Amino acid sequence: MRTPIFLLIWLVIAAAVFGGSLAVGNDYVFFAGYVVMQYVVLGTAWNILGGYCGYVNFGSAAFFALGAYSTVAIYKYTLDADFYPIPIPVLMLVGGAVSGAVGFGMGYLTLRLRGAFFAIATLALAVVLETLVINWDYVGGSRGAYVIRPEEIAPIGNYIRYLFLIMMVLAVGAITIARLIERSRLGYGFATIRDDELAAEASGVPTLRLKLIATTISGALMGMAGAPFPYYISYLQPSSTFGLDYAVNSIAMPLIGGTTSWIGPLIGALLLGTLQQIATVTISSAVNLLIVGCLLVFFVIVAPNGIVGLVRAYLQRKPVDFVGRRRVDTDAPGAVP
Amino acid sequence: MITSFDLLINAMVSGILIGAFYAAVTAGVSLSFGILDIVNIAHPAFIILGSYIAYIFNATFGLDPIVTAILAMPAFYVLGAAIYQVYYVSFEKRGQESLRGLAFFFGIMFITEVSLVLYFGVDYRYVDAPYIGPAWHFAMIDVPFRMLVPFLVSLLLMAVLQLFLTRSFIGRAIMAVAQDQLALRLMGVDPIRIKRIAFGISIATASLAGAFLVIIQPVEPSVGREYIGRVFAICVLGGMGSLPGTFIAAMLIGIVESLTSTFYGPSWAPAVSFGFLLLTLAVRPAGLLGR
Repeated sequence: MRTPIFLLIWLVIAAAVFGGSLAVGNDYVFFAGYVVMQYVVLGTAWNILGGYCGYVNFGSAAFFALGAYSTVAIYKYTLDADFYPIPIPVLMLVGGAVSGAVGFGMGYLTLRLRGAFFAIATLALAVVLETLVINWDYVGGSRGAYVIRPEEIAPIGNYIRYLFLIMMVLAVGAITIARLIERSRLGYGFATIRDDELAAEASGVPTLRLKLIATTISGALMGMAGAPFPYYISYLQPSSTFGLDYAVNSIAMPLIGGTTSWIGPLIGALLLGTLQQIATVTISSAVNLLIVGCLLVFFVIVAPNGIVGLVRAYLQRKPVDFVGRRRVDTDAPGAVP
Repeated sequence: MITSFDLLINAMVSGILIGAFYAAVTAGVSLSFGILDIVNIAHPAFIILGSYIAYIFNATFGLDPIVTAILAMPAFYVLGAAIYQVYYVSFEKRGQESLRGLAFFFGIMFITEVSLVLYFGVDYRYVDAPYIGPAWHFAMIDVPFRMLVPFLVSLLLMAVLQLFLTRSFIGRAIMAVAQDQLALRLMGVDPIRIKRIAFGISIATASLAGAFLVIIQPVEPSVGREYIGRVFAICVLGGMGSLPGTFIAAMLIGIVESLTSTFYGPSWAPAVSFGFLLLTLAVRPAGLLGR
């Protein structure tokens, strides 16, 4: 299937979902749907680096929060300067640019080393960015910041519907990008890095450059997902924006869905996101995080290729990638491959 | 000038005291990440678990936290050995440790933390012991006993671990497994068994480190996250798996953090270890005493 057709189909599906949500007539659907769509973007973004290249990013919350806080900073500035409020798509581009730049810098500093260092550095990055935001009074510091959400927007009506629509369009954009990458030279390059970086390097694959492209795209998408968040939540606080739940969700969703193709994170996010919305309402939000943690551990042990892998194995069409293939670990700790 | 000199000396002393504690916290990671190449990011979560166990026994039986921790070490050892077994069978054997193994430890960290939150809530917990409260004063230096006791026991722990690794048969086998598994097998030693033992010991140190933590400061479940960056920064800076290197790096980071929080404010301290980590990775990936 060609990409424009793919995009068109998903836009039609998105329009249908939006129409269906309107028909329900309860605005809670939009509040819940926004979060699920946000996780589709985060999961897909994580998978571009984690699933395609095999580099684990534990700092999804940091990239997400960067997008959110760039929105807060711009919002404060427009208030102070008495400027016309910036439309959300523009804020998303700014958030994406900031997170993408940080992703690039992060990758440049750590990707020349072994993958594990990258994972640890991303974890530490989240802590440090949180420290910076806590000490930055302009965006509210540890007290948090209020962003006043407008009541209505011209053609759509209630603002939350607008936010949901925007996030859904971003989600469609993200899976289209993921699919495009998967089927391009870039995607094959990523796969060689994942399977055997040393061999890829030896065969002339520009691994560092490819990894930098992956961290930048992945970081930018996460930042874009974060940019509308202050308008959604209206009160933004560092400890919840940098919270571990974003990090664990954006890892759990692709791993549960399946990491080798774009559909895995989509399935994982839709399934887990919806489950979490239900569990938050019916049980409690702490329990639903416990469920995610347990599912993550269960899936990585029992079904290493996620739901997609299970389905593929069941259909017997294609042998499951990965299982039984052994990565040769020749590099010494910290060695430059 | 006098007061700032005062502050400087006191910041140095508390940095040295906290540095030894950091060394005890990192010792486990130096074993698992440095020597065995297992990226156990759940280590700080096990430390918090140790803190809570020390807290429970202290609150119900009035037992000393350090004694509790030493008594709990075998249980932590068994837990560690069991986790390694799962890790080995599910990931290392299939060669999937890089992606799924990391996610596995991340999940374990998450489950531990959320379980503690669900059971104990997010209130800060603290322990009672005779050495919490009093302090030594000489000239202008204050040495609180709640820092001094963990300092001394940490020194002991590091010394025992170093002796174990360099003098005993199993300790030497652990060092050897890092270098050449095949050679170890040719000597008639099962490398998996050695790794299991080493990982068990690494988790057992978390019990003691947890007790130190709850003596030094009140603990709540998410405190462990602050230690992830710190612990790995120390481990990398110390040269991955060299215990003397770990000790020096821990002292260094302890002192720099203490100076930062004295002169710039405590809210900046967490950024110090990350700065060190990035600097080390960029400039000298082998660390201070790299092999």
